[in-house]
Amino acid sequence: MIGDKILLEARGVTVRYGKTVACDGVSLDLRAGEVLGIVGESGSGKTSLLTSLSGRLRPASGEVLFDVRGQGLADVYALSEPDRRRVRREEWGFVHQNPRDGLRLRISAGGNIVEPLLMCGERRYEPMRGTAIQWLERVELDPARIDQRPSQFSGGMQQRVQIARALAHRPRLVFMDEPTGGLDVSVQARLLDMLRGLVRELDLAVMVVTHDLAVARLLADRLMVMKNGRVVETGLTDQVLDDPQDAYTQLLVSAAM
Amino acid sequence: MTAQTATRPMLDGYNYAYLDEQTKRMIRRTMLKAIAIPGYQVPFGSREMPIPYGWGTGGMQLTASLIGDSDVFKCIDQGADDTTNAVSIRAFFAKVAGVTTTEDTEAATIIQSRHRKPEHPLREGQIMVYQVPQPDPLRRFEARETETRAMHAYSEYALPYLGLYEGYARLGRASSAAGHPVLTNERYVMTPSPIPSFDNPKLHNSPELQLFGAGREKRIYAVPPYTSVVSLHLEDKPFETQRWGAGCELCGSTDSYLDEVIIDDKGGRMFVCSDTHYCAIRRAERERAGVAPAEGQIP
Amino acid sequence: MSDNASLRVTGLAKTFTLHNQDSAIIPVFEALELEVFPGECVVLAGRSGAGKSTLMRSIYSNYRVSGGQLLVRHRGAMVDLVTASPQQVIDVRRVTLGHVGQFLRVIPRVPAIEIVMEPLLANGWSRSDAQRRAQELLGRLNLPERLWALPPATFSGGEQQRVNIARGFAQHFPILLLDEPTASLDPANRDIVVALIHEALADGVAIVGIFHDVDVRERVATRDFVISDFAATVPEESVSA
Repeated sequence: MIGDKILLEARGVTVRYGKTVACDGVSLDLRAGEVLGIVGESGSGKTSLLTSLSGRLRPASGEVLFDVRGQGLADVYALSEPDRRRVRREEWGFVHQNPRDGLRLRISAGGNIVEPLLMCGERRYEPMRGTAIQWLERVELDPARIDQRPSQFSGGMQQRVQIARALAHRPRLVFMDEPTGGLDVSVQARLLDMLRGLVRELDLAVMVVTHDLAVARLLADRLMVMKNGRVVETGLTDQVLDDPQDAYTQLLVSAAM
Repeated sequence: MTAQTATRPMLDGYNYAYLDEQTKRMIRRTMLKAIAIPGYQVPFGSREMPIPYGWGTGGMQLTASLIGDSDVFKCIDQGADDTTNAVSIRAFFAKVAGVTTTEDTEAATIIQSRHRKPEHPLREGQIMVYQVPQPDPLRRFEARETETRAMHAYSEYALPYLGLYEGYARLGRASSAAGHPVLTNERYVMTPSPIPSFDNPKLHNSPELQLFGAGREKRIYAVPPYTSVVSLHLEDKPFETQRWGAGCELCGSTDSYLDEVIIDDKGGRMFVCSDTHYCAIRRAERERAGVAPAEGQIP
Repeated sequence: MSDNASLRVTGLAKTFTLHNQDSAIIPVFEALELEVFPGECVVLAGRSGAGKSTLMRSIYSNYRVSGGQLLVRHRGAMVDLVTASPQQVIDVRRVTLGHVGQFLRVIPRVPAIEIVMEPLLANGWSRSDAQRRAQELLGRLNLPERLWALPPATFSGGEQQRVNIARGFAQHFPILLLDEPTASLDPANRDIVVALIHEALADGVAIVGIFHDVDVRERVATRDFVISDFAATVPEESVSA
């Protein structure tokens, strides 16, 4: 169920790298239980937007507001550094395209999953380990592999561990950057199916960036199409994909194989 | 600043205790800052010493900056005064500072050590200098200095507990047999240097000044006298100290850290005190008291 | 506005603009008026290409309209889907407005029974209740039980369509849009769908349907709606060369 309360809001976010404008005045909002897909080709600015909205890149102008627990809608970049880190740690999750960017490869799979719990203050071994086992089952991995290192896993399995790690502390908002990019097609399908189920079961708010329209159709309730740093179209996923209004969107949709 | 005079003949052509006075001053300033912020790693301008990085240059720089002609210097390596490195470093300071050296823990004013703290409790006025290879307890997990600095600054200490989790998960115990992380002065998580966890309790509330030097990593940190040093543990896995079945086969001690010594090529071995001086004192006492030597061969 | 209409469409206009074909403008309908009451089955009539499917998709808000109002009775109040927020439209689709198309959108790896259960689970049904309902419908539609646990990707067209129908009829929607629901079905299964439609109508559901099959149409239709009555005129200046 999509809640009424806005969890995350971007107001006129502009992201620059030196003189290059990556995103230009992007505004959006996200509620609990919604999946927002941001689609576009490489260079569209979607990844920069995600990086900025997830608190890791201060926008050149505009605001990123998040419903901070105990505080209400607050400007993420006006928070102190420790507060912003706390929000990212306790209230958000992040799934990177490359699982190696989101995992500690020399720590066991179980260790990777308990770390967010530790970061939220858990200090008891048995409950943590129990939670890690549950999560391995949830992401369809054999719990017997809990003490193995992700370096011994396939890419798809590493991604599952990363997803478990991103969700273990029950964040309210999850950012995903091409969560199935780089995986082969059959693995992608299984992962997406698992993600869909988790999103529904946990009532997550998700912002997912992808260039793959099939992924967007499967995961997202709403879509935003970006081109050259700007939002060219936005609406319900099936609206944008089945009845694209903008010239670029029409091109994008017709080009999908 | 004038160079200090030596009580014994020292090497010609070198400044007292090898380092120049300005360097010693810089290091002492660093020490003061470290003492003011217990457990906090203070960066310093680590100098080249005549032994390679990784062999105790940090400890040596601390000793060199502190030592004076009234000092009595003890150096141990793995608890023993007679292992190669301990012998070399002790001889070094005898040469460049002309100081009196000793094996007697009680008599020493400065004790430099690698991998152990002496069994005998220290007293006010003594200085314990630890050699540290990796000063940051978080480095094992997090390579980025920018991140570890932030973690220390904001007390974000999930990682050392993650280490404990990994130990229990993979080995059934907190694997850190050496360098088990501690919380110092209820603020900074610190590595007590690679001393066995057996020695961790000795750091807590101790009367002497404890200094830690990492030459290669260029950090100094400190535990002032009577400072709280508590070993980290998970709530349902209390901190446990190592135990051996029997006592030292030379002196019978059941309270000291024991080394396993291989005595022949048939797999024969014996367990003896790692702290050689402590063991020697106990053996002497038992002899005086007429107690038979403990079972086992005298090597 | 009639008091108890389930669906009221007024002044609806739809035009496609194909930017990548020299901005060809394809008008479909305009000033369209349609009212549907509980228990009615309004059949969209008109030749192929007249815009029946387009109208259906527009009502479902799958297509965006160029003007007009789409009022649905949702949670006791009238909501205009044209101006509603995306979140509201999603809520309407979840609770009030159902849609059964000609083809099953196959989600890889999800078993047929899960596909039928999914909208129920999203609405808070327990797994056991959802499963029972799904089994009831699939059984009724004669989908062999051995197929229930399999993903429909390898099913025949008719088998896929039956999964689609089960999914659409699993929960009670006050308004149901049926776009050629019996297209790939044999006569026996067509009869079952007709029975489902009759039961829904008896239950007060308002149905808008497109039925190619004359027999089915005659058995379910309350009345016809001729879409070509509202055909849009091609604006003169935008006729492609």
